[in-house]
Amino acid sequence: MIEQPYRLPTGGLIDRSQSVDFVYNETYYKGHPGDTLASALMANGEHVIARSFKYHRPRGVFSAGPEEPSALLTVGYGPRREPNTQATVQPLYQGLVSSSQNCWPSPRFDLGAVNSLISPFLSAGFYYKTFMWPGLKGWMQYEKIIRKAAGMGEASRAPDPDRYEKSQGFCDVLVVGAGPAGLMAASAAALSGARVWLVDEQLRMGGQLNRETYLIDGMPATEWVANKVQALEQNPRVKLLTNATVFGAYDSQTLGIVERCGADAFQPDTRQRLWLLRTAQVVLATGSIERPLVFSNNDRPGVMQANAVRAYNNQYGVRCGHKTLVFTNNNSAYRTAIDLANSGQTVTAVVDSRKQVEPTLLAQLAELGIRHIGGSAVQDVRGKLSIKEAQLISSDGSQLGESIECDCIALSGGWSPNVQLHSMVGSKPLFSEEHSAFVPGEMPAEYHSAGACTGSFALQDCLSQGAAIGTEAAVSAGFSGMEQTVPSGGEDTLPATEALWQVAKGKGKQFVDLQHDVAASDIELAHLEGYQSVEHLKRYTTLGMAGDQGRSSNVNALALMAQLREEPIAAVGTTTFRPPLSPVALGVFGGLDRGQHYRPYRRSAMQAWHDARGAVLQEVGLWRRAQYYPVGGESIDEAYQRETAQVRAKVGIVDVSSLGKIQINGPDSPEFLNRLYVNNWLKLPIGKARYGVMLREDGIALDDGTTSRWGEHDFLMTTTTANAGPVMTHMEHLLQVVWPELRVRVSSVTEHWAGMAVAGPLSRETLQGCVTDLDLSNEAFPFMAVGEGKIDNVPVRVLRISFSGEMAYEVYAPADYGQGVWEAIVRAGEIHDIVPYGTETLGALRIEKGHVTGAELDGRVTLGDVGMLGMANPKKDFIGRVLMNREGILDPKRPQLTGLKSVNPEEPLQAGAILVNTPEMAAGVDKLGHVSSITYSPEVGGNIGLGFLRDAAERRGERIFAAYPLRDKIVEVEICDPCFVDASGGRMRD
Amino acid sequence: MIRIDCPQCGVRDYTEFTYGGDATLQRPTSDCDDQIIWHDYVYQRENPRGLLRELWQHSQGCRCWLEVERNTVTHDIQSVQLASGGSVSGGTR
Amino acid sequence: MSYSAFSVFRHALTGNRHWPRAWRDPEPKKHYQAIIVGGGGHGLATAYYLAKEHGITNVAVLEKGYLGGGNVGRNTTIIRSNYMLDGNGPFYELGMKLWEKMSLDLNYNVMFSSRGVINLAHSKAQFDAFARRGNSMRLNGIDAELLTREQVREQVPHLDFSEHARFPIFGGLCQPRGGTARHDAVAWGYARAADQLGVDLIQNCEVNGFIREEGAIVGVQTSRGEIRADKIGLAVAGNTSVVAAKAGLERLPIESHVLQAFVTEAYKPFVDTVVTFGAGHFYISQSDKGGLVFGGDLDGYNSYAQRGGMYVAEDVITAGLAIFPQLGRLKLLRNWGGVMDMSMDGSPIICKTETPGLYLNAGWCYGGFKATPASGWCFAHTIARDEPHPLNAAYTLDRFSRGYAIDEKGVGAVPGHH
Repeated sequence: MIEQPYRLPTGGLIDRSQSVDFVYNETYYKGHPGDTLASALMANGEHVIARSFKYHRPRGVFSAGPEEPSALLTVGYGPRREPNTQATVQPLYQGLVSSSQNCWPSPRFDLGAVNSLISPFLSAGFYYKTFMWPGLKGWMQYEKIIRKAAGMGEASRAPDPDRYEKSQGFCDVLVVGAGPAGLMAASAAALSGARVWLVDEQLRMGGQLNRETYLIDGMPATEWVANKVQALEQNPRVKLLTNATVFGAYDSQTLGIVERCGADAFQPDTRQRLWLLRTAQVVLATGSIERPLVFSNNDRPGVMQANAVRAYNNQYGVRCGHKTLVFTNNNSAYRTAIDLANSGQTVTAVVDSRKQVEPTLLAQLAELGIRHIGGSAVQDVRGKLSIKEAQLISSDGSQLGESIECDCIALSGGWSPNVQLHSMVGSKPLFSEEHSAFVPGEMPAEYHSAGACTGSFALQDCLSQGAAIGTEAAVSAGFSGMEQTVPSGGEDTLPATEALWQVAKGKGKQFVDLQHDVAASDIELAHLEGYQSVEHLKRYTTLGMAGDQGRSSNVNALALMAQLREEPIAAVGTTTFRPPLSPVALGVFGGLDRGQHYRPYRRSAMQAWHDARGAVLQEVGLWRRAQYYPVGGESIDEAYQRETAQVRAKVGIVDVSSLGKIQINGPDSPEFLNRLYVNNWLKLPIGKARYGVMLREDGIALDDGTTSRWGEHDFLMTTTTANAGPVMTHMEHLLQVVWPELRVRVSSVTEHWAGMAVAGPLSRETLQGCVTDLDLSNEAFPFMAVGEGKIDNVPVRVLRISFSGEMAYEVYAPADYGQGVWEAIVRAGEIHDIVPYGTETLGALRIEKGHVTGAELDGRVTLGDVGMLGMANPKKDFIGRVLMNREGILDPKRPQLTGLKSVNPEEPLQAGAILVNTPEMAAGVDKLGHVSSITYSPEVGGNIGLGFLRDAAERRGERIFAAYPLRDKIVEVEICDPCFVDASGGRMRD
Repeated sequence: MIRIDCPQCGVRDYTEFTYGGDATLQRPTSDCDDQIIWHDYVYQRENPRGLLRELWQHSQGCRCWLEVERNTVTHDIQSVQLASGGSVSGGTR
Repeated sequence: MSYSAFSVFRHALTGNRHWPRAWRDPEPKKHYQAIIVGGGGHGLATAYYLAKEHGITNVAVLEKGYLGGGNVGRNTTIIRSNYMLDGNGPFYELGMKLWEKMSLDLNYNVMFSSRGVINLAHSKAQFDAFARRGNSMRLNGIDAELLTREQVREQVPHLDFSEHARFPIFGGLCQPRGGTARHDAVAWGYARAADQLGVDLIQNCEVNGFIREEGAIVGVQTSRGEIRADKIGLAVAGNTSVVAAKAGLERLPIESHVLQAFVTEAYKPFVDTVVTFGAGHFYISQSDKGGLVFGGDLDGYNSYAQRGGMYVAEDVITAGLAIFPQLGRLKLLRNWGGVMDMSMDGSPIICKTETPGLYLNAGWCYGGFKATPASGWCFAHTIARDEPHPLNAAYTLDRFSRGYAIDEKGVGAVPGHH
């Protein structure tokens, strides 16, 4: 068995001195550095490597680039397996593992091919017309089968182990594409001093030049490319990226680029990098794609793009067949015949659908002894796993021609400029009859086009246009253009394409979209059934919706539909291109924000102390707060009930650092607070705190908190943890947009202060044991007083406010000293049996007191709902004043805040239960309200909760039911006052 | 990506800003008791397809509220200025 | 003619050359009993139910482009009725019941897949909030199940249950009957069925003005001429403010925002239910073709551009990776943006207007697809009887001035936050 039987003895840009081992379908093969997986497989004689999506037809390699619709393999294994990889863009590396997909047992013999036999029943849209019986259950069964058959490759179940990075880039001129036009444009722009990025999809710069045998300035084009690249590399203002795709163009000249770093997937380093590039000007030198021709069985292994056949010959040193037939409607494919013949291969004929052909080309063919058949087309292909012969027909379809033996057909239906990026920035492509293709339409001022993507297919034109456009872009970016010499690209014939959108039908399917198995007959069916607009056509047939995004099929499809509609192609239009240009791995969009790094953690200054004490932590937004401190293997219930009892009996300390804190300064601060809150603030004395509620503009409760006055113009507001950001934004909006005349400044100081609450009958003694410079006696420091003192010489702020209903104080220390201050308080509290408590106990205490939190204030709840209407002063203006009086806001049928007590004290309540009158949980029952917070109360000796209930005040003392149908539970409850403990509030004021 | 030229900080991606909606709304005066007028301010919008004068706050920068004139179809920005009318009287510098 | 496996078989035998058009392409008449402006899912469904349920067949649907080219042409296909508030739950549940028989009703396979919708919860507080919603659903006769962490794991085993998860899954709420459908098929199914009942579907017909007589709207001016009607219903989603302004409704409680959605290449079955993330805005499902369809938050600013920034792609995909770390290797195929008519409380508007002859259907935010049948049903009722159906009685324009907003999220009058 000859190694690499299809490798040519010389030639190509591959490194023949080294060999690369790789695996395909569990067999070892060899290739060379510089190969793609496709070129290496073909070199080894593997020509049937895939099966198509719907009909499971045998497929081989069609192209040599990202427009590849057929050669899709799974590359990698285990957690790195990547299905649907185009073999034509996959660089070969040592140890690469690949396998075919969507076929069983092998691509050469696939049981799925039975689909081909029933293909008439699988035409476009067939699934819309059936699978409806016997109803939903029937469809769900069919669906299971369809889903298993659908999809191409199988994704790995293990997490993606590779590293992805994200970077920001900035430049003056971005050049997309490093073919002749792009290289000239980048050089021209760089010459003028602009910062230039030159980005190309392929592993090496040069674009089409790598595949051709052009001479530039008398030297091989690849050498000219190498010189150009070297010059650019030496320019510090130029950045070169290869193996990188500009996949998206967004507003303000922002572009998304995915850079595939290193060909080796086993590198521990970064697999891919996402660039968000911002530039002033963009030059699109994106080239063109060669279109296939539409004829029967044009998807057989061995039917390939003409430029791909010569790419494999010239760039990779691989022959695609032994007897190649060229079928074309333009001049460019002649290069394939000539290049193959020059490398000693057999070209059986050039079949040209045009009647008139450039005499110089005919002469060249004659010189090489290649047969030319004009005015003819390939109608059908015989052979299934490989081509046996091509059946010819006259171009007008009137007369059958001969059959020609061949095993490779090099196709060219013309060239379609790559206008996807143009389209993304709003340029509507225009159909050019001259080029038989869509060319870029009007472009935004910052975007420029050069080269084959504009319809300039001759090499010399690409070179001069590239230079001119590069200068134009640099000048637009504010640099002075410098003259650049344009090299000589020699004579090049223009394609002179004559459109041949469809050859007369043979026996087999004429494919238009190879990746989705859409044939000309499907387009005809869509037209017949009225799905004639380009969008309906696309969606009904799924044409252009596969991974290749219809790159090689869109234009042919539109042309066929135009023919059927008997309208010009321009009337049919084209679909909008959207990012990404070609499929991009999702991992690169996540970058390093994976796993634990998805979002930041916010920690309090005392975090280490909680951890050391074995606190169980709880997610509260981005914070991890201590939920409870279990002692000796306690359950959560045992822990919080112990902590709660201890706080009410003696003293406890809790970390409240996460509460929002906003500093408010300025002479108009009292007026500002007065307009913000529903209650009165103008006369708040220095050294005092006050509880306040603020409403949204629509009259619904926004947040509650405590604001204290520390000086004439110095206030500190607290908010709930969740609303810290929104309240700050709200206040800044009011001060800058609504009342810019108020002399007030606000600063967010949430992270500046570490906060701790000390609560319980022995809290005063505890603090008196560690606070200096502040008289904490009841006379000097009554309820709601605030003052500054010191703990361990650290200046602290002390506020006598209570959330728990016990005598309590909040202590704020500068965050850097938080832990030390906390420890000092704990030391002082040891003789009073101080207990640290967490959010669970915090909850239990405030529920016992009927204090509302975010569980109650859910963004729909009003002041009236929570019984605080009396707090609002209607005689002054405050936010929400007018709309809070809307009929719906004051509706007496609205559920009101209530306390609930489980009739059986041992039976726990559940938050989220719905309150109903009777114990049946039937659908349609009258919903009276819901349970919002629950806890076991040691003091009450039973299970209690807060909730909202229609007519709560009138029904106090009655019994109703808390229904929890999700767990089939219903609990009888008594309606009571929301405040369960110390209703008079005496403990706080002692 | 929409880019906003903050008068304080320079050109920045819109991702540094928080949207504040229609800037043409006239907030009723403090003595207005008319629910219809308040309802119009809080709930009714012109929602133009074209040029819109709107508010953005540079929340990840200087915290200034800005009044921006932007086309809601093309996303082109015509003008940017401080919402507080040239001087920063509220918020942080 | 009727679609069926037999008809597929029969036509295949004759080369599929004799299928009839799915719908006619008629010239607009000068007058109709009712005109629906907007040929998207809701407009087409409305026309269908007007004909089917109310016998009003002298109807035209006017669409400025091609049928189903708006949000019904590209969305994340999620169907559910798991709403908490009484103003919403029963309405969407009507929709669920219509979804369950839609293919048979329309004789078009819309591929409604009742595969379940799971909302992940990541804390006890969130779990309790879900429970409140789930309990309300059950008491409204809607199916809901509370799932423990282990039960979520049984249903969706390759979510991230490792110690690397930043927001560990606490549990979830599931609506087993929820699921997905093929969005184009819904539009085409309603179009074909309406057409077969005599409704005229007029494409490439843009309404650029309204004809008023004595304070009532009696017709429209279009790019294809003047067309009169006794009743005119607007169902133009993101373009509502623009079209309604022409009819005299200059200000509405609506802002048009851009929402992006994403689809990957096609893979063998990877996730069998719809999953929504609870610690970030992200939802995902897998289409029958194999692509993973997902989306997240709005870009966050008024836009009619139908495209957004790449930043949102990063944000949404990062959220997806947080719950499905395997997604990293899968490839994004396409990303598109649409115009969402965001309302001031996140809930829709289906009502008469103060102008005789004019009816409004709008404010769907990014949840319009699931509501297609219920919206069509109720809007048809409202137009036919000149009064709302009980299920859309709360979806009025004046609910905001009266203080009866239906705010599921509790974020108030900021459309972009809903």
